[in-house]
Amino acid sequence: MENLIALLIAAPLLGAAVLLVGGRRLDAVGHWIGTLLSTVSFVFGLILFVDLLGKGAEHRTLIKHLYSWVPVAGFQADVTFRLDQLSMTFVLLITGVGSLIHLYSVGYMEHDERRRRFFGYLNLFLAAMLLLVLADNYLLLYVGWEGVGLASYLLIGFWQHKPSAATAAKKAFLVNRVGDMGLSIAIMLMFTTFGSFAFGPVLNHAGDASEGKLTAIGLMLLLAACGKSAQVPLQSWLGDAMEGPTPVSALIHAATMVTAGVYLIVRSGAVFNAAPDAQLAVTVVGAVTLLFGAIVGCAKDDIKKALAGSTMSQIGYMILAAGLGPIGYVFAIMHLVTHGFFKAGLFLGAGSVMHGMNDEVDMRKYGGLRTYMPVTFITFGLGYLAIIGFPGLSGFFSKDKIIEAAFAKGGTEGWILGGAALLGAAITAFYMTRVMLMTFFGEKRWQPDENGHEPHPHESPRVMTIPMILLAVGSVCAGGLFSIGDRFLHWLEPITGHSEGNSPLSAAAVTGATMVCLVIGVGIAWAQYGRGPVPVVAPRGSLLTRAARRDLLQDDFNHVVLVRGGEHLTRSLVYVDHTLVDGVVNGTAAGFGGLSGRLRRIQNGFARSYAVSMFGGAALLVAATLLMRAV
Amino acid sequence: MSFPLLTATAALPAIGAVATAAVPAAQRTAAKWLALLVSLATLALAITVLVRFDPDGARYQLTESHAWIKDFGVRYDLGVDGIAVALLALTALLIPFIVLAGWHDADPLETGSKRWRPTQGFFALILAVEAMVIISFEATDVFVFYIFFEVMLIPMYFLIGGFGDRAHEHGEKAASTQRSYAAVKFLLYNLVGGLIMLAAVIGLYVVAGNFSLPEIVQARANGSLHMATSTERWLFLGFFFAFAVKAPLWPLHTWLPNAMQEATAPVAVLITAVVDKVGTFAMLRFCLQLFPEASKWATPAILVLSLISIVYGALLAVGQRDIKRLVAYASISHFGFIIMGIFAMTSQGQSGATLYMVNHGISTAALMLVAGFLISRRGSRLIADYGGVQKVAPLLAGTFLIGGLATLSLPGLAPFVSEFLVLVGTFARYPAIGVIATFGIVLAALYTLVLYQRTMTGPVKPEVSAMPDLRARELVVVAPLIVLLIFLGVYPKPVTDIVNPAVKQTMTDVHKTDPKPSVEAAK
Repeated sequence: MENLIALLIAAPLLGAAVLLVGGRRLDAVGHWIGTLLSTVSFVFGLILFVDLLGKGAEHRTLIKHLYSWVPVAGFQADVTFRLDQLSMTFVLLITGVGSLIHLYSVGYMEHDERRRRFFGYLNLFLAAMLLLVLADNYLLLYVGWEGVGLASYLLIGFWQHKPSAATAAKKAFLVNRVGDMGLSIAIMLMFTTFGSFAFGPVLNHAGDASEGKLTAIGLMLLLAACGKSAQVPLQSWLGDAMEGPTPVSALIHAATMVTAGVYLIVRSGAVFNAAPDAQLAVTVVGAVTLLFGAIVGCAKDDIKKALAGSTMSQIGYMILAAGLGPIGYVFAIMHLVTHGFFKAGLFLGAGSVMHGMNDEVDMRKYGGLRTYMPVTFITFGLGYLAIIGFPGLSGFFSKDKIIEAAFAKGGTEGWILGGAALLGAAITAFYMTRVMLMTFFGEKRWQPDENGHEPHPHESPRVMTIPMILLAVGSVCAGGLFSIGDRFLHWLEPITGHSEGNSPLSAAAVTGATMVCLVIGVGIAWAQYGRGPVPVVAPRGSLLTRAARRDLLQDDFNHVVLVRGGEHLTRSLVYVDHTLVDGVVNGTAAGFGGLSGRLRRIQNGFARSYAVSMFGGAALLVAATLLMRAV
Repeated sequence: MSFPLLTATAALPAIGAVATAAVPAAQRTAAKWLALLVSLATLALAITVLVRFDPDGARYQLTESHAWIKDFGVRYDLGVDGIAVALLALTALLIPFIVLAGWHDADPLETGSKRWRPTQGFFALILAVEAMVIISFEATDVFVFYIFFEVMLIPMYFLIGGFGDRAHEHGEKAASTQRSYAAVKFLLYNLVGGLIMLAAVIGLYVVAGNFSLPEIVQARANGSLHMATSTERWLFLGFFFAFAVKAPLWPLHTWLPNAMQEATAPVAVLITAVVDKVGTFAMLRFCLQLFPEASKWATPAILVLSLISIVYGALLAVGQRDIKRLVAYASISHFGFIIMGIFAMTSQGQSGATLYMVNHGISTAALMLVAGFLISRRGSRLIADYGGVQKVAPLLAGTFLIGGLATLSLPGLAPFVSEFLVLVGTFARYPAIGVIATFGIVLAALYTLVLYQRTMTGPVKPEVSAMPDLRARELVVVAPLIVLLIFLGVYPKPVTDIVNPAVKQTMTDVHKTDPKPSVEAAK
């Protein structure tokens, strides 16, 4: 059974290799090869899942040692995989949702001449993400971690003839690299603290290390998580990443990539549990990001960017939950899974809308689409209800638990975090209702483009709608399925641990408050976008709106400080290197042998004769010394 | 007496060089094939060395020893340890690719310049450099090492000064002047380094009475050879200076960008991937073994200089407008990592540094040779002259990207393993330096991806729209390098197994043990 773990990763990896090396011969069938291998991986995952269910809760960890990777004195990195309840959950999400996205892409990318390559990259993405969640040590996890970065780089920049896509891809990789630095340093700290960076030694002995070291490790892991999961202050790449084809956004936001940071923190729970300061930092990052993303989501007219803001915000909830410790771990992962369903569904729905609207993304040019694309409308609508936490749908269960856990942290912190989470719920209801109303309700607002082509909105083909329907089913049912009888809690508890906090508010009060927030959010959105017509040109808006449209000015800050500052720094260094360093070294040498003056004479064409004479001199010196000693 | 395998490995390219030079002027193609065959045969000998070498056996193996200049105790002593074997194999491996990549670099110009470009000479010089580099890795006699370390400069000088890129933005005359400048700068920097080393070599002889590395090391270890602290430090500095010029270490690096920029791409690879490695190799073999106490004394300063090299080289790479200069500054950054790994004085650092030398050789070769193919198509080294190449030459762009990803040490490719080992090995003893060096990985991503974005993506520039994709010969050069990068990234054990015992020996020589983890129970 353990061998199946390796095959789970091998299947999409093989797909990537075959599709990328195979060349044009495979153009006709490439997309089906990619989809098939992704599905094969999902089937392997199901088999392993059934196998795990058959074992007792305490024996659900499978280890597969493949080979010794980097053996150096005192340093041992192996290619070893670990499948337990936590990685199993991710495997099913990654391969399940991933396979649906593959299927959808068959239709969505039908007219792209580089479709085979696209599927190669998709498979690479899955393989890297599977490696990330199945690795048994942090260095192997790092390989998957950066592999995900590479795959996202290739996919965000897939249409790289567009300069904006190429820039967005580079930006995503670079911002992620800043996070990766954190992971590198965390691994180095683990090595000097524990002499190892395998999960077993680090997590089982975390309690023996000093709190200072653990806090440092925790903060570095948090930096890593911020990069991959687009959390403040490393969130700026996520909005630009929309330059990639829409299925890529679904993959990045739901099944892979941004969930990696949550995985990392929950997996390293033992470290964080013993480092309260690091935990506090995690919760702060989560709370700030959940509001940041929500506010940005309110101001965007680009449907994909509005959804991107929403992802940032929802991942913020998960990070917040993960920072709460054993109260929150299970719910962080549960929200991650339910979010995987509805966010993938929403993105695929957005892609379906764009598919029918000549790739228009501006929601102000949509309107009334519900009659033109009913399947998209219903599936998107169910995803919408799930994300705002409509009672009974999956987002309701998972988000509610996180808000409850935040209050349960206790003290002022608990009130602040819980309040932020509640406020976030209201804003979520607002911006998602806004998306829904602007896209599917009201009057049609689209017009012919400059070439006179008027969009003819139509429903997408079956190959695209079937994945959307399946994801909608997940969005509706997953939450209830997990929560009734605390199934998900019991499944994950052996790995993450669990504790009930003492919430100052009763569970019913939290749910009630959340419902009030939901109604307020929906109400305001309806008042603004439902009652009257939506203007085709965006109004100027308040200061906050304008700032939110510019991602709360973070890009402007980056541009002025990092890009401009960096350009000045490198330019002046080029000058310094050319004049000062080169000059001083040459000048110093001139002090001994007139090197500088002679270097200048080279321009006169004496170069060769001089060089030869110089070398001759050296040879003479050697000969003379030899002779002197011999005599 | 057994077959002198090490001598043969060095002698074969030397004889090949003479034979190639002797091919009649009209038979240019024959000269090329001869050079290629000789380099392949040398590779076969190097593989034999690799196979015959027993990692767990004696420190120096396949030894040969003959008296040479009796009055001075100069002996023709050869022998290889794991570190030397790895670098010898790297050298022998890269030369056939360099020859093949430079297949047309020395063809006579059809029109225009009257300059005579002797094809025979070009390939003969490459083989001559190979012979000298190989014997530098093999020599266990300090004087023999010194001779070849210095003589190597002559063929390199002619390779840099005599052969450049075909097209040049300021015309052939300006190109020739700049080439001469670069070649002489290369020669003078290295000669100054060499002369200072010569003084130290003589000084060592005065103190020790012979030139034999193993004998001096043993005499120092058992106390029969005493060296005053100041003497040891002066001698160390003499040796280290020469190696730091060759490596090159900041602030002695400024010859490298000029040389790599003006030389043809295969020669640039020869400089940075092969010749410069003699410098870092010699730090490990001579500085650390002969002068362990002085090495430890100088460690803080050297670590700071290597840290400056890492960050400074990467920042300078970001600011370059010339593709080859960019790769040169990237190499300076990478040499900083190698030197840092050597002087961190931990097993991980030194194994990592040795592995780094091998991996950097392969990754730079991949990146630089593809860059050379690109430059030969458009006739410009300026990044701004390219754009959208991916669309017209996807294979070229793809291999360029893989070379770039190796340069930025992407996990899964070989350089990641060595870079991480160096970082972790440094961090274990000097956390602050390790953390600052980690910034290098962000900067590496910056200069690589900016280079890729500006040249390969975006709208297709009219000047590149007719650019052909990689040809068969070029693919034969690049594909094996990429396979190796992936293989050694996924399975570096074959190299680390050879290197580890030698590193253990070196650690013993400098009387250093690895720092212990604070929670020992965890292991």
